[in-house]
Amino acid sequence: MKKKGMSVLAKQHAAGWAFLMPATLLIFVMSFYPMVQAFLMSLKTGSSARLKWANPVSFNYTRMFSDKLFMRSVGNTFLYLVIQVPIMLILAILLAQLLNNKDLKFKGLFRTCVFLPCATSLVSYALIFKSLFATQGLINSVLSNMHIISKNINWLGNPGTARFVIIFALIWRWTGYNMVFYLAGLQNIEYSVYEAAHIDGANGWKTFWYITVPLLKPVIVMTFIMSINGTLQLFDESVNLTKGGPANTTITMSHYIYNNSFGQGVANFGYACAMSFFVFILVAILAAINLKVGDTRD
Amino acid sequence: MTDSVQTTTGKKNKSMTQRRLIPTYIFLVIFSLFSVFPLYWMITAATNKSLEVAQGKIWFGTNLAENFTKLIRDEALGTSMWNSFFYATVQMLLCLLICSLAGYGFELYHDKAKDKLFAFLLLGMMIPQVATMIPLFRMMSGGKLLNTVWAFILPQLSTPFMIMMFRQNSRNFPPDIMEAARLDGLSEIRIFFSMYMPVMKSTYAAAAVITFMNAWNAYLWPKVVMTKNQAQTMPMLIANLAGGYTIDYGELMLGVLFCSIPTMIIFFILQKQFAEGITGSVK
Repeated sequence: MKKKGMSVLAKQHAAGWAFLMPATLLIFVMSFYPMVQAFLMSLKTGSSARLKWANPVSFNYTRMFSDKLFMRSVGNTFLYLVIQVPIMLILAILLAQLLNNKDLKFKGLFRTCVFLPCATSLVSYALIFKSLFATQGLINSVLSNMHIISKNINWLGNPGTARFVIIFALIWRWTGYNMVFYLAGLQNIEYSVYEAAHIDGANGWKTFWYITVPLLKPVIVMTFIMSINGTLQLFDESVNLTKGGPANTTITMSHYIYNNSFGQGVANFGYACAMSFFVFILVAILAAINLKVGDTRD
Repeated sequence: MTDSVQTTTGKKNKSMTQRRLIPTYIFLVIFSLFSVFPLYWMITAATNKSLEVAQGKIWFGTNLAENFTKLIRDEALGTSMWNSFFYATVQMLLCLLICSLAGYGFELYHDKAKDKLFAFLLLGMMIPQVATMIPLFRMMSGGKLLNTVWAFILPQLSTPFMIMMFRQNSRNFPPDIMEAARLDGLSEIRIFFSMYMPVMKSTYAAAAVITFMNAWNAYLWPKVVMTKNQAQTMPMLIANLAGGYTIDYGELMLGVLFCSIPTMIIFFILQKQFAEGITGSVK
C-alpha cells in the first residue's frame, strides 16, 4: 500500500516537470542560447561564413562607440523616448480618467474609438501615416486649402518634420493601448474614495493629482517601463515610414542593426551583434529598475 | 418629500452633471475622431485613384475594382494572405498548448526548484529581438528551415509573458478538482485536457487573440527568415508596395486594408478578450 502511494506521488512529480519542459527547453534554445552566441559573435569579425576572433576582442565595441551613425541612431531613439513617451502616457491617463466617470454617456463607443488603432499592424499604420504625410498627400492638401501653407511641405524629407511625423504616429498608435492599462487600474479604485474626496471639497484636478495618480502609481511605472522598452526596439516605423531618412536622421537602433546584418550587400554579423548587445544592456538596466520599483511596491 | 419632487431634483442634478461634462465630451469626441480618421481614410483611399488620394479626397470612390486588379497583378495577394493566416494559426495553437501546459505545471505542481526555474525564465523577457536575430537566423539556415513555417514560429512558441499569464490565471483553478479527478482515476495529462482546459476558457481566449495578432503583425523576424516570395507575409507584402519609387496610393491602401481586415474583425468581436490579453499577466 505504502509503496503504491509513493509511486503515485512520484508520477505526479514527474508529470509536473514534463508539463513545463517543452516551454522551458524552447526558451533555453530560442532565447538564452542565442543570446550567449550573440555575445560570442560580438567579439568576432569577418563575413558570416568565416567569423574569427577580433583583434583586440573589444574591436567591435570600440568601433561602435566611434560610429557616428550608430550614435545618431541611439540619439534618435532617445529623442523619441523623451518626447513621445511622456505625451502619450499623460494623454492615456487623462483619457482613462475621463472615461472612468459613471455619469458619462457613450462610454463604450469612446473607449472603442480610442482603442481602435491597436487593431492595425505596425507596418500598416506606418504606411498610412507615410501616405497621409506624403508631399502630395492629404495633410498638405488640407493645409493649403485652408491657406495655412503656400507650398507643400516635404514632411518626410526634412529631419525635423520627419521626426515629428514618427512621434505623432507613435502617439496615435499607442495611446489607446496604454489607456487600457489605466482603465483596468482605475476600476480597482473604489468609487467611494472619489465621493469622499468630493464631499471634502476636492475639485477634479485635485482628485486626479492626489488620489488617482498615487493609487495608479504601480500601473504608471509599468506602462512607463513597457513604453521605454518598446521605444528602444523601434523598427517597423523607422523602416516603413521614413526608411530611416532623410540622411539617417530618423533611423532607430534596431533599424541600423538590421541594415548592418541583413541590409543589401552587407552581413556584418559580428559588429551587428555588438550593437545588439548594447541594446540588450539598455533593456536589462531597465528591467532591473523595474524589479526594484516593483519590490518597493509590495 | 414626495416621489415626484425627488425625481425632478434628480433630473435637475442629472442635466447639471451632463452640462458640466460638456468639455469632457468635446475632448473625447476630438480624440475619438483623431483615432478613427486615419483608418476611415485608409478605407476610402482603397476605393480611389492614386491621384484622387493625393489631391485629398476623403470620400469613397469608384476605383476599388481597378486597385484590386492592380494589386493581384503586382503582388501574390492570395498566397500572402494564406501564409499569414497559416503561420499565425499554427503559432497560436502550438503556443497556447505549450505555454498553458507550462503555466499549469509551474502553478499547480509548484515546488522550490520549479519556482526558481520560473524566475530564471522570466529573465528572457529582457532579451530584445534584435539581439537573438542573427544567431537564430544562422540556426534556421543551418537546419534548412528558412522559408518554412518552422522558421517563422519556433522563436515565438514559448514566451515568458504567455507562461506567466497562464500561471497567474491558474490560481483561479481549484486544486480540489484535481484531487477529485485523481480519485476517479484520471491520469495527470487527462486532468489537464478534460478539467483544466474547459475551466480556463477565458484565459485561452485572451491568449489566443494576443498570439494571433502578434503573429499576424510580425515584421522584423519574417523579413529575416521568410525571404522567398512564396513564403512572404502580408506585412511584408504591403511594405513591398510602398518600397518602389512611385507609390500607387489607392493600391497601397487596399493592401493595407487586406492586411488589417483579420485583426479588425478580431478586434470588434473579441475586444474584451483583446484588452484582457494585453493586460494579461497584470493582476
